Amino acid sequence: MRLLRFARDINLGLKSLLLHKLRSFLTILGVIFGVGSVVAMLAVGEGAGRQAMEQIRKLGSNNIIITSMKPQEDQEQTAQRSYLSVYGLFYDDVERIRQSFKTVTQTVPVKVARKEGRLGTRAMELRIVGTTPEWFKLVKRPLIAGRPLLQRDMEGNANAVVLTEFGARKLLATQNTIGQTVRLGPGHYEVVGIVKSESGEAGGLQTPDQEVDAYISLKSAIERFGDVTFRRTSGSDIREKVELHQIIVEVADIKNVESAAEGINRMLELFHKKKDYRVSVPFALLRQAEQTQRTFNIVLGSIAGISLLVGGIGIMNIMLASVTERTREIGIRRAIGAKRKHIIRQFLIETIVLSTTGGFVGIILGISIPSIITRFSGMPTVITLWSLFLSVGISMGVGILFGLYPAIRAANLDPIIALRHE
Amino acid sequence: MTPENNFVIKIENMTKVYQMGKTEVRALGGISFSIDRGGYWAIMGPSGSGKSTLLNQLGCLDRPTSGRYWLEGQDVSELNDNELSDVRLRRIGFIFQSFNLIQQLTVRENIEMPLYYLGYSPHESHLKASQFAEMVGLGERLDHRPMELSGGQQQRVAIARALVNDPAILLADEPTGNLDSKTGEQIMELLGELNRNGKTIIMVTHEPYIAEHARHQLHVLDGLIDRIEEKG
Repeated sequence: MRLLRFARDINLGLKSLLLHKLRSFLTILGVIFGVGSVVAMLAVGEGAGRQAMEQIRKLGSNNIIITSMKPQEDQEQTAQRSYLSVYGLFYDDVERIRQSFKTVTQTVPVKVARKEGRLGTRAMELRIVGTTPEWFKLVKRPLIAGRPLLQRDMEGNANAVVLTEFGARKLLATQNTIGQTVRLGPGHYEVVGIVKSESGEAGGLQTPDQEVDAYISLKSAIERFGDVTFRRTSGSDIREKVELHQIIVEVADIKNVESAAEGINRMLELFHKKKDYRVSVPFALLRQAEQTQRTFNIVLGSIAGISLLVGGIGIMNIMLASVTERTREIGIRRAIGAKRKHIIRQFLIETIVLSTTGGFVGIILGISIPSIITRFSGMPTVITLWSLFLSVGISMGVGILFGLYPAIRAANLDPIIALRHE
Repeated sequence: MTPENNFVIKIENMTKVYQMGKTEVRALGGISFSIDRGGYWAIMGPSGSGKSTLLNQLGCLDRPTSGRYWLEGQDVSELNDNELSDVRLRRIGFIFQSFNLIQQLTVRENIEMPLYYLGYSPHESHLKASQFAEMVGLGERLDHRPMELSGGQQQRVAIARALVNDPAILLADEPTGNLDSKTGEQIMELLGELNRNGKTIIMVTHEPYIAEHARHQLHVLDGLIDRIEEKG
């Protein structure tokens, strides 16, 4: 019964608004654009934020990544001929971390060498990663064929290699052909498995894996490729001695990630005279990205809020004009026995119908804009359900806020004077 | 039972003073009279005599500055805006010179309006509107807009709207003022018939031949009752 009356009130409001279709449409234009920009901006913000977070999650939120870095002073020295730059993480650092931190569950050494991989006539430049089986527990990538490296691949002269999907396609031509022998630099290795790679970058941090990786045992990498690398660049040779290029550490509880990173940093300082490593915490980057997104949303929301405010003022303006125009009607209704609250209700419903209609049209606009942005710029956008609810809520709120004053003005008209109004 | 109960309207010493800038305008200077149930009264007087002010008072559109007004035995002279609205809604029916129908609503919706504020269900008010439109001879025109009707028909709609809440008094402000004499006569016949069926009618007019329809003529002059004439 009450619902029926309410439906009738809304119907009545709609009717009187449809009496002036163009005027009503122009009136809600402000709200349409306001709500449209709220939805669109939130979608763009959400899309950017999710993309950043997805990238960071690939790094592993429970991981700490320690990377060898050429110290500043060595960068300058390399200009001199035949200078051997010695820097980076030590083999011993792995054991030190493993034994010093109770919260650390896995410690994975990473040694990198860039060599050509060869299979028959096919060849490609590979990033050979000498590591331990734990790598595959920390850098969680789907296994496409075969198996990851196991403990037995670490012993003796077991020559097992795991390729990435990308590398396997290039070298093996067919991705499922495991068991073939690949030449990596001077050595021969048997392909035992193929994994997916998700190379990418987030917050200035490279993912541990790359598309051109080939994973072998650390022991084998040390024996075959040693610690010293030569590189010939324009005019000068660069000679570097690096034991480990990266150590990836996993912490059991996400709460301890940051404190463990701090502890590792402090411990490494004792053993490294130069600042030749960097400790990165993906989790901290994640939190930072979330924080950034929140700020981003607030800024975008405020801008959109201003356009909604303008829209609301437009509605109020028209409703005030409408009250003046319909003074006679108000007088008639009051004479017949309508109370002030009835008049307020009538005009308020009209304003809310106006602004909510604007809200819904605005949502349609706001949904279509991001898909256009995505199509033409490739920027990811995500429309969340809550942003739609928020928009409808806000547009209704705008109706109430800006409709109240005209409605009260209408209700406070003296019925006798209103009846005489022409 | 209080003695007031014999009257539909009893007015005692009613004054109305308007503040116009710094000067006070005494629109009603202390009026007393009473109207019994089923009466048919015409309020007459030149413009500025206070007859419109009196009608507004009788219609509970305004409160008197002083004095008492009992409508069906209830003192309504000191009610607040909300209570006065309720009195208008339940006990008073208005007919105006310019009909005062709401143009964007249909005939049916205009007649239904008091029922809407009374809280009738759509179904009930639908039935009642049809019934009253039938009574004033407009059963076929329920879905028309006022603009599509003649003046006489519009006034009939207004009468149906004024009666649909079964009011104690029907107030008519120059009900034939916007109509030609023939149509005006038809409207007066309708009002006469309503009165014969027991409805109390009070109308304001300055046309003596319209006032002839009423049994009592109350002449107002300078905010006071000049005389009351009763038709033999």
